[in-house]
Amino acid sequence: MSKAGRAFLLWLLAMLAGAAIVWNSRFTADMSFFLPSHPSAEQQVLVDQLKEGVVSRLLMVAIAGGDETQRAALSRELRGRLAKMPEFVSVQNGESDSQAADRDFLFRHRYLLSPAVTPERFTVDGLEKSISDSVDRLASPLGMLLKPLLPRDPTGEMLELLRGLNAGAQPDSKAGVWASHDGERAMLLIQTTALGSDTDGQENAIKLIRAQFAEAAPGQGIANASLQLSGPGLFAVNSRATIKDEVSRLSTISTLAIVAVLFFVYRSLRLLGLGMLPVVSGALAGVVAVSLAYGTVFGITVGFGSALIGEAVDYSIYYFVQSGRNGLTDWKQRFWPTIRLGVLTSTAGFGALLFSGFPGLAQLGLYSLAGVATAALVTRFVLPQLGQANGQTRDLTPFGRRALAGVQTLRHLRWPVLALALAATATLFAEREHLWNPELAALSPVSQADQAVDMALRADIGAPDARYLVVIDAADRESALRQAEATGQRLDALVASGQLGGYDSPSRFLPSQASQDARRASLPAADQLRPRLQAALVDSPLAAGKLEGFLSDVEQARGAGNIERASLNGTSLALAVDSLLLPHGAGWSVLLPLRAGEQAIAPSAIRSALAGNDALFIDMKAEFDKLYNDYLHEAMLLSLAGLGAIVVLLAATLRSPRRLGAVLLPLVLAVLLVIAGLHLLGERLHLMHLIGMLLIVAVGSNYALFFDRASDEHRLDPETLASMLLANLTTAIGFGTLALSQVPVLHAVGVTVGPGAILALLLAAIFAPRASAA
Amino acid sequence: MIKRLVSGLLLAALALPACAAFDVGQLMDDLARHKGGKAKFVEKKYISLLDKPVISTGELTYTAPAFLEKRTLTPKVETLRLEKDLLSIEREKQKISINLASQPEALAFIDSIRGTLTGNRAALEKNYLLSLAGNPDKWVLTLLPSDQKISALVLRITVSGSKNQIRSIEYLQADGDRAVMSIEPLEAR
Repeated sequence: MSKAGRAFLLWLLAMLAGAAIVWNSRFTADMSFFLPSHPSAEQQVLVDQLKEGVVSRLLMVAIAGGDETQRAALSRELRGRLAKMPEFVSVQNGESDSQAADRDFLFRHRYLLSPAVTPERFTVDGLEKSISDSVDRLASPLGMLLKPLLPRDPTGEMLELLRGLNAGAQPDSKAGVWASHDGERAMLLIQTTALGSDTDGQENAIKLIRAQFAEAAPGQGIANASLQLSGPGLFAVNSRATIKDEVSRLSTISTLAIVAVLFFVYRSLRLLGLGMLPVVSGALAGVVAVSLAYGTVFGITVGFGSALIGEAVDYSIYYFVQSGRNGLTDWKQRFWPTIRLGVLTSTAGFGALLFSGFPGLAQLGLYSLAGVATAALVTRFVLPQLGQANGQTRDLTPFGRRALAGVQTLRHLRWPVLALALAATATLFAEREHLWNPELAALSPVSQADQAVDMALRADIGAPDARYLVVIDAADRESALRQAEATGQRLDALVASGQLGGYDSPSRFLPSQASQDARRASLPAADQLRPRLQAALVDSPLAAGKLEGFLSDVEQARGAGNIERASLNGTSLALAVDSLLLPHGAGWSVLLPLRAGEQAIAPSAIRSALAGNDALFIDMKAEFDKLYNDYLHEAMLLSLAGLGAIVVLLAATLRSPRRLGAVLLPLVLAVLLVIAGLHLLGERLHLMHLIGMLLIVAVGSNYALFFDRASDEHRLDPETLASMLLANLTTAIGFGTLALSQVPVLHAVGVTVGPGAILALLLAAIFAPRASAA
Repeated sequence: MIKRLVSGLLLAALALPACAAFDVGQLMDDLARHKGGKAKFVEKKYISLLDKPVISTGELTYTAPAFLEKRTLTPKVETLRLEKDLLSIEREKQKISINLASQPEALAFIDSIRGTLTGNRAALEKNYLLSLAGNPDKWVLTLLPSDQKISALVLRITVSGSKNQIRSIEYLQADGDRAVMSIEPLEAR
């Protein structure tokens, strides 16, 4: 077999192996792109909540059209249909029958559930006090609701249970079902069985809701019925669709544009095919590397591929255009070292991202690093075996000559450019407070429109946002519940002092076995209770003889078994407990979501109340902000490290401060001008713009190096300049296409690196040493 | 043409006696003119379960049209406040807020007193059949629930008063229990 054949075969085998790996890779488009890979304890809670938490599984639904009664009927019908499906854990629309099961459960088990049940409560004094309280309460406006309970619950345990529940945050109601504040829409709150991180499951659930709605609506006679839906699940599904759509759209655009440019130059399908070889290899190698290293490939990473196409195609352009006239050996000697240095600076830039704790960024880094390195290697070692471009490419010399003349003219711009750069620096310095977008949400692929719908529905239905959480870890369920009870007592003190509105706890409906045993033991036997009751009611308007129901209920509670998790089945309390009491790996976690009262929650007050306890207080919003600031801080360090690596690399190769300065100056100026330009265009900078700046230096150094090499040789030949212009064009197309993306991560990189690459070339020409004049 | 004329006459004939006697519309107009004030109240609840009525006392504050506060002083301090459709109850450091829009039965109940206070006939007739007896100086307005859900709770509400001042409200509940609230204005405005 010929040498060429062997090289091609080897390449083909590598590609097939790569394709096999890609075939078996897992692609996702979920939030974990943004979640820390090595989270702190607080961040871990955040991550778990986003992936599996109840809030992440809630879908809010609004029904519009028809009149109040028709909407209510449709809401009932939809609930009836969805509630039967295994895809949904709960479907609530405010219908009263759904609350009856909960009330029954609470009343039946009141003596094991009520924290007020102690031995003292069932002494003569305790009974006298609690029963006279209950009688007094009959005078209250709520007395009418309590009166029917009095004969069986004279000590008021049911009220004790309801005391901790939140009665304030209920949605409005019209015609017996939840409605929006303006009354124009019926509202439902749905919890999916699928986890928040299971985008397929969420997509399926959303489809089911829409399909059932479409089937149910005509039956209720509403012609203009419409459904609005929101929630984290929808965000995940929509983001994935956007990313999928964009990956194919952007890759197609950039591939077509680049292919058109290359075909114009190569004028040969064979060369065009060969020219794409390094790119395809690079893109495949990128996905393979990410898949092998992380197990999962983010859609956004693949979307980044269109930029890589533009960057990787450079190498084959250099090869074909530069080796076209003088042959392979000459190319290897004169050009390859410069290209190699350019590749190395690019990999140094991309490589810096590998160390990011932001998994999305680390993936982009690895993907680009592997892609660029592979493309360069394929260009150097596979392409020369497969073909040369002798005489086949369009003769770019005239074009190069004109460009050379242009370069001479550009040199007059040195001082104006320096003045412009000074102005840019001044602008950026003056505006330094307003440059950055301080929120992680800036990176979120969720559209503004979706966010607006979400805000509106959330306000209408009062969906929990669970910003403040207390989290407890324990070895088993029983100790988790015991700790929840102990922590709850500390929180009770804050509720009593008004610093806290309230909190939820799984132990409210599923007390620890220890508490249940203690409460049962507090209940006296009937022959003890009866005389005590007689004594307690001597002066009361309530005759002991009317409380037989109470005596028998207490007796029954003494004999009943403990409440287990299964006892809750069929009530919405089961859902409440499951969402707050979670098994994980080695043990159990308890979540206690906090509610603000009249005053806002003061984290310091909560922390000091919990001091000495293992419970962890978490402010989710603060954690998010901290997470983003950590990323930003880290990205700055990484960018500086990447820049440092590039400078060291260049310094070591160029061995001349003057030459190093000449290479770096255009790059630094390009970054300055791009950032100032973006700011003036109203773009608020975030993490990915910062990364874009690093990439301008990494990618742009190629051009500066060619000018430097040219000055070294005291000439810049037209072909080389033409190949640089061509390579620059494809790079700008590749990155520039990303600027069209609606995904902020990709958009920011595109909008920074696209113009940055062009500027880097122009500035490198403007500031190229005079000696290089042809 | 003739048909319209006849129906016009019929309407006029129906309207005639209403102008002459003291009627619900006139009472409502009087009540609507009342802009609010403070009153003492004594409420007695007769409950079959108990040997004696439960008695509570306190103050009422009303500012037309949407603010009503019932401040119970004995036997336990408790404040019930109604602002538009938001009902809040404060008792022993606890505060419960209920949006009445989500509680149609409670809203109907509240509307019996609010509708009377504000002279809002439409709100009253939404849930009750009204009948009026007496004269402007001493009138008795009886509210009979027209909705089954409400009549399952309360059989009859009797409001009596003088001019634009309510003097007592009596609720007869479906289970036979009864609550009577007597109202003594503290200052007239």
